[in-house]
Amino acid sequence: MPNEQDIYEEHVLDHYEDPYHRGELATATHADEGKNPLCGDVIQVMLRLDRDGKIEEAWFEGEGCVISQASASMLVEAIEGKTVEEAKEFTANEMLELFGPQLTPNRQKCCLLSWRVLQSALHAPVDDSADDDDAGPSFGGPSLSEES
Amino acid sequence: MPLDPQQIRPDFPILERKSASGAPLAFLDNAASAQRPQVVIDAISDCYQRYYANVHRGIHTLSEESTAAYEAARETTRQFIGARSQTEIVFAAGTTAAINTVAHSWGGENLAAGDVVLLTIAEHHANIVPWHQLAERTGCRVEFLPLREDFTIDDAVVQAKLESLRPKLFSFASCSNVLGTNFPVAQWTTMAHAAGATVLVDAAQGAPHQAIDVQQWDADFVVFSGHKLCGPTGIGVLYGKETLLDAMPPFLGGGGMIDRVTTEGFSPTGLPEKFEAGTPPITEAIGLAAAMRYLQSVGMDNIQAHEHLLCQAADAALREIEGVQILGPTPDKKAGIVSFTVDGIHAHDIAQWLDTRGVAVRAGHHCAMPLHDSVGKTASTRASFYLYNTLEEVDRLVQAVNEARDKFMRGGRRRRRRSPSPA
Repeated sequence: MPNEQDIYEEHVLDHYEDPYHRGELATATHADEGKNPLCGDVIQVMLRLDRDGKIEEAWFEGEGCVISQASASMLVEAIEGKTVEEAKEFTANEMLELFGPQLTPNRQKCCLLSWRVLQSALHAPVDDSADDDDAGPSFGGPSLSEES
Repeated sequence: MPLDPQQIRPDFPILERKSASGAPLAFLDNAASAQRPQVVIDAISDCYQRYYANVHRGIHTLSEESTAAYEAARETTRQFIGARSQTEIVFAAGTTAAINTVAHSWGGENLAAGDVVLLTIAEHHANIVPWHQLAERTGCRVEFLPLREDFTIDDAVVQAKLESLRPKLFSFASCSNVLGTNFPVAQWTTMAHAAGATVLVDAAQGAPHQAIDVQQWDADFVVFSGHKLCGPTGIGVLYGKETLLDAMPPFLGGGGMIDRVTTEGFSPTGLPEKFEAGTPPITEAIGLAAAMRYLQSVGMDNIQAHEHLLCQAADAALREIEGVQILGPTPDKKAGIVSFTVDGIHAHDIAQWLDTRGVAVRAGHHCAMPLHDSVGKTASTRASFYLYNTLEEVDRLVQAVNEARDKFMRGGRRRRRRSPSPA
């Protein structure tokens, strides 16, 4: 029987407490944000793609539960160096496998938030001229608060 | 005599089970839904095994017996809340269905553009959304009473809003499902009536935990659910003063609520069947009555006193934990509900960790998003008590919250640094 305690195994807590590339990517070419309104989890994903469609850098910023934040860290670490096509082909099931510990359907939503935002960010080029209206983060993108 | 939960617990078979982690169950999610004693389970299966049939319809033995039991449940309910007459007791699917019935039937008839429905900011969505929907249909508007710093509501503000807004309806919970705050129902009702408002009391968190007398409250409508007071799901009570219910048009149309139907139209039957279209929740009503008798045999005052004891213990111990904030007033002003947040830790992680210790709580916004917005939180963790809970379970709750705090507090442990991979 899977023990729920295992959800918070060391690997997960490592990513939560000391995440990979958590912060703002000023040179992002693609970015998006998503929320899980029921829990209040928020994730932004920022990507810098090169001319050949390779993800040179991937960063995230966010707030929320351990699972949403740790999974985002795992995801940006995993997709760096991949091509856009490879990232698009990265499935939800592969995301759950990357996370590791088995999750109940309710908590899978937390884990898949960053994956969802990554998929939309790949289609959301940052518009240089559109994000000079306030002092907010420069990830821009057309759908900051859009909830699918 | 104080209630001894160890005497109560054997009445509830489910309390013997363990959580998925193997830890014994400490069920502290009673504000969401309570558990059922064996007498309620037996009353339901007894009906199905011996005398079940549709009510008010068949001219045969089983239907006569089912009808008698269903109507006896109405009488038990009347006694439970101190209503004047059985015609004032309408069985609905639950609190939500009851409020929607009032919103559609009474609200549709009595509210128009510009009229005001006054609520508190502490309401459950079930006492907000039906009024938003009514506002969309009629053009009336919904106003909210704010909380004070201590999670109560200032009577002077209530008075001022009643006078300045002149609401047609003042609808409020007798007890907040998040804060636990007990609001002064009789006093607010008197004030509202003096200002010309009709009063609806959402007693979903009140009726299961304290003796209720709707005539002493003098509220025009009182609603509550069966499943929070050890009864079945799918049933709740809509109490309304007879003159009001009588003047209201039916909400749902169908069988059972009519006097006569022709190809041209229909005429509704009298109370309370006018509001009970379709086959009613028969076994649910019978189970609800069994639950009410059970609670009364324990004593509503004993139950209230016991929950107060647990609330005091949990409130005091949780306040001592660094980073814990209690969402709610001090125990003397609230029922057996203790909601809290822990700085830097998401409510879902706390609840998940508590579950590994067998402690079942609710985490999230508890169907009260405006309330959480008003106090600047997206989510909280809620422990809520009932007659079968023990001080030992409170200790387990507090212990598990301490563990969760140590485990999830960022910077509380030494982590290996993640090495950035080359870009």
